[in-house]
Amino acid sequence: MTQKFRTAAGGLIDRNRPITFHFDGKTYQGFHGDTLASALIANGQHLVARSFKYHRPRGFLTAGSEDPNAIVELRTGSRKEPNTRATTIELFDGLEAKSQNRWPSLAFDAMAINNLFSPLLSAGFYYKTFMWPASFWTSVYEVVIRKAAGLGVAPTEADPDQYEQCHEHCDLLIAGAGPAGIAAALAAAATGARVVIADEHPLIGGSLNSEQLTIDGKSGVEWAAEQMEKLSAMDNVRVMTRTTIFGYYDHNTLAAIEKVNDHVSIPAAGQVRQRMWIIYPKRVVIAAGATERPLTFGNNDKPGVMLASAARIYANQYGVKPGTRAIVSTNNNDAYRTAIDLHKAGVQVVAVVDSRANPDAPLAAQLDAISIRLITGKTVGAAEGRQHVAYAQLVSTDGQTTEPDRIDCDLIATSGGWNPNVHLHSQSGAKPVYDDAIASFVPGISRQDEVSVGAAKGSFHLQDCLDQGHAAGVDAAKMAGFKVKAKSKKAATAGDDGVYEIEALWVSPTPYNKSYKQFIDQQNDVKVSDVQLAAQEGFDSVELLKRYTTQGMATDQGKTSNVNALAVLAGQRGDPVPEVGVTTFRPPYVPVAMGVFAGHAVGHDFMPVRRTAIHDWNEKNNAVFIEAGMWLRARYYPQKVGDTINDCYIRETNNTRGNVALVDVTTLGKIDIQGPDAPEFLNRLYINNWLKLPIGRARYGAMLREDGMTFDDGTTSRLAENHFFMTTTTANAAPVLSHMEYYHQTVWPELDVVFCSVTEQWTGIAVAGPNSRKLLQKVLDIDITNEAFPFMAVGECKMNSIAGRLFRISFSGELAYELNVPADFGEQAWIELLEAGKEMGVTTYGTEALGTMRIEKGHVAGSELDGRTTAKDLGLEGMANRSKQFIGKQNSERPGLLVEGRLQVVGFKSLEPGVNLRIGAHLVDDSVKLDSVSQSQGHITATTYSPSLGCGIALGLLKDGASRHGQQIDAVFPLDDEKVRVEICHPVFIDPKGELVRA
Amino acid sequence: MLRIECPWCGVRNEDEFAYGGDATVERPAQDASNEEWSRFVHTRNNPSGEHTEHWQHVNGCRAWITVVRNTVTHKISSTAPASPILPFADNMINQGT
Repeated sequence: MTQKFRTAAGGLIDRNRPITFHFDGKTYQGFHGDTLASALIANGQHLVARSFKYHRPRGFLTAGSEDPNAIVELRTGSRKEPNTRATTIELFDGLEAKSQNRWPSLAFDAMAINNLFSPLLSAGFYYKTFMWPASFWTSVYEVVIRKAAGLGVAPTEADPDQYEQCHEHCDLLIAGAGPAGIAAALAAAATGARVVIADEHPLIGGSLNSEQLTIDGKSGVEWAAEQMEKLSAMDNVRVMTRTTIFGYYDHNTLAAIEKVNDHVSIPAAGQVRQRMWIIYPKRVVIAAGATERPLTFGNNDKPGVMLASAARIYANQYGVKPGTRAIVSTNNNDAYRTAIDLHKAGVQVVAVVDSRANPDAPLAAQLDAISIRLITGKTVGAAEGRQHVAYAQLVSTDGQTTEPDRIDCDLIATSGGWNPNVHLHSQSGAKPVYDDAIASFVPGISRQDEVSVGAAKGSFHLQDCLDQGHAAGVDAAKMAGFKVKAKSKKAATAGDDGVYEIEALWVSPTPYNKSYKQFIDQQNDVKVSDVQLAAQEGFDSVELLKRYTTQGMATDQGKTSNVNALAVLAGQRGDPVPEVGVTTFRPPYVPVAMGVFAGHAVGHDFMPVRRTAIHDWNEKNNAVFIEAGMWLRARYYPQKVGDTINDCYIRETNNTRGNVALVDVTTLGKIDIQGPDAPEFLNRLYINNWLKLPIGRARYGAMLREDGMTFDDGTTSRLAENHFFMTTTTANAAPVLSHMEYYHQTVWPELDVVFCSVTEQWTGIAVAGPNSRKLLQKVLDIDITNEAFPFMAVGECKMNSIAGRLFRISFSGELAYELNVPADFGEQAWIELLEAGKEMGVTTYGTEALGTMRIEKGHVAGSELDGRTTAKDLGLEGMANRSKQFIGKQNSERPGLLVEGRLQVVGFKSLEPGVNLRIGAHLVDDSVKLDSVSQSQGHITATTYSPSLGCGIALGLLKDGASRHGQQIDAVFPLDDEKVRVEICHPVFIDPKGELVRA
Repeated sequence: MLRIECPWCGVRNEDEFAYGGDATVERPAQDASNEEWSRFVHTRNNPSGEHTEHWQHVNGCRAWITVVRNTVTHKISSTAPASPILPFADNMINQGT
């Protein structure tokens, strides 16, 4: 296909490298160096999208990342990326893009009927129009609106590409590599300072690449290319192209997105698609340039209406004619360049329409020299045409004359002035201020170590940009402690680029004062009338306006619309613009893919996996695993094909209670505590007594928080006079350590004690069951008869050749021991124990059987220690010694915690044969209906089928439960309409006197 | 991203630390009233400006430190070991970060 709208020559494209690409199934040709937008325009394809709400045809308003309209779906399949800007996509061979938000086709969109219903879709329509009946909201309104309004569709497949995150430290970070940024980089780099300069484009140079400017007697393009070469060769400079600084955070930390491989079809093997940079500069120079804003007139969203600067960029940088018959509509001097550059590019410029009565005389003369008609005191009132501009209706700026002039044209290049890019400045915590001279907001007082220069500061004169950049670079180097040579070169010298003058024009009069759609925010379809309506309805502060109309809340963040919206609001309020103020800009400056925030932290790399020393054995023996925090624990061990979880845990429980079995308990937190004050420290941490615990004995302890609620429980053993070994629950291993460190370092620093987590140093194996002693005696070198090694005894031992520690403690309620061996010997110890117990039929058990036995034994665990239960609620109050000091003592004695009516731990037995109970079921009297859970007297916290009792049992928290053993109540689960009759009982279901553990 | 100067390790990113609450509340004496103990747990000032708070260098040296942070600007004016009687603590107080 021919590129009908290519200029004969010129532009930064490589005409020797043609590229084939596809849009909406049609095949086109472009050149290397094109964006998708410039290549489509070269082929005469201006219609690329349908608008968000009204499905109006839309084209290219801009040539950069600020574009509100040209949003397409890029690539296909798992690499499909919705909502990408055609104006920023670098063309690559085979590129496939599709238009969005249209049906059945872009040219004919059935939903364009919304355009006729627009009175129903005005500002805040979703608050007013679809109010009732309430049930219609989810079933009808939302469904229809979601379908009718919106953007692209998210891909459903996993992203196959890699992303990564990097950190960079430097003396100076420069955001934007236009003339001001380059000048800053040159000045700072010359001193030896470490400089990072980033720009979102593939080339540095900024406006130099798209304007006909000169520096030091060279063309802007040539000068920029030379500086790129110079800076890239310096060791202390990192030039980052295709990199957008998108966030300015606290403590001078910034984030950038580097699009490493977005300009190719598929990243080469081993390469990332995008990279996120976290940058820690000493100082930041914001040289982010400025964004042009359009004039606001009727049908100003029609394809063929384009920013004056964008028309120039397409002509100068991409060698593309954005139209054949153009008019330029402006209120400032800058857009005259567009007329001249378009004329040079071979576009017929019919007229420059300047809203000002007395434009700049030298500019008028320049137009005259090339015979372009200048119309003053008028402006475009409306654009007309079906899917593209066909003619413009001109009206008097003052609205006095009623008869509009009609000018046939297919391009309206519009300029309402320039807005400095104050986004990063605002994100840094500073407040932009209004500058009447340029009718826009400029940076205010800095709150962090940053300075704006050039157009980002509101200086649109090229020499000013170079001078300010140079000075900022020198300053940054000095602040970072670098010496600046006295005869440090001055900034480069710019050729004459005229003056910038503007007379603000916020909304144009309409032809015949008729009603037209005058768009402010084209991405969210917010019109002048919406802003006025919001103000009338009282939403007349900027923050309210933004939320009520959604102006500025689309993916372009209102880059081309914010200032226009504020001005219309100010007009409606009758206030000057600065009175109205400006909303705070928030990161990200451009949309950033979620993938790059995740970086490598996806799938199993999201969180480290902790495996115990016995993990490999478990894997080889078909264990089914369960995640416990980061740990992987064996949940149960299927023995044959078809073994269900129930088959397994019942078999494992039965062999423990009837014989002997091993379980891996390595994941319990383990803390080694040493020092003369260790007993006193423990005495303050736990509610019970620790001063007189004999050496070689373990004790069960409970800890509270300062508010009196139970925090954690576990056993702590005294290994020597000043040496203790604490265990915590798996879940609380880290919080308990932090808790201890807090008290040791801030509250009782006088205590002479040190401690350290040793969770991973020791493998823990519980050997449980009536035959556990018999098994262990075969392999241990110490006497473990009941007399020599009674319940709660602790001692060092050797198992075959492995030195370890033995604890006679029991979680299962059976005669049991816990053997700790150094982790390196964990698997060996496990295998040797299984080997030794083979003849007696030893098995292993997982967390499912462990949990079953803990419920049968009535041990409280995480689901009962829910942060709202006191020791009394949990039946642990008997342990407490209230004559000593301990954490949480005073607050656990608050009167409110001692009254009747608190939830207390009890057991439950299902009275319905074969029916188990549900975690989360509510406990209600039988007279109460299922839907009245507010009548709940408590809830079930842990359930199991009890192989020992032969019925479903549970633990739970019940109002005044301790005094209600023997009563009956209903356990209801309204979500599934379930109701089970249960008997309330003591939480210890088996061996309540603890005879087994002491046998 | 806050950059917090650990007195022992130097300037590190916020994500190495865990916030540990208001460092200005004093733990009451054992025999203090219920009201005082309740206030100690539940009542906090919410200053607009400088605030002294505890942080733990939890993914680092695990020291608890005292950080003076401006709640409006996030500027950290000083960091110090939480306990003044830890060995060498007097020499480790940092002014300004």
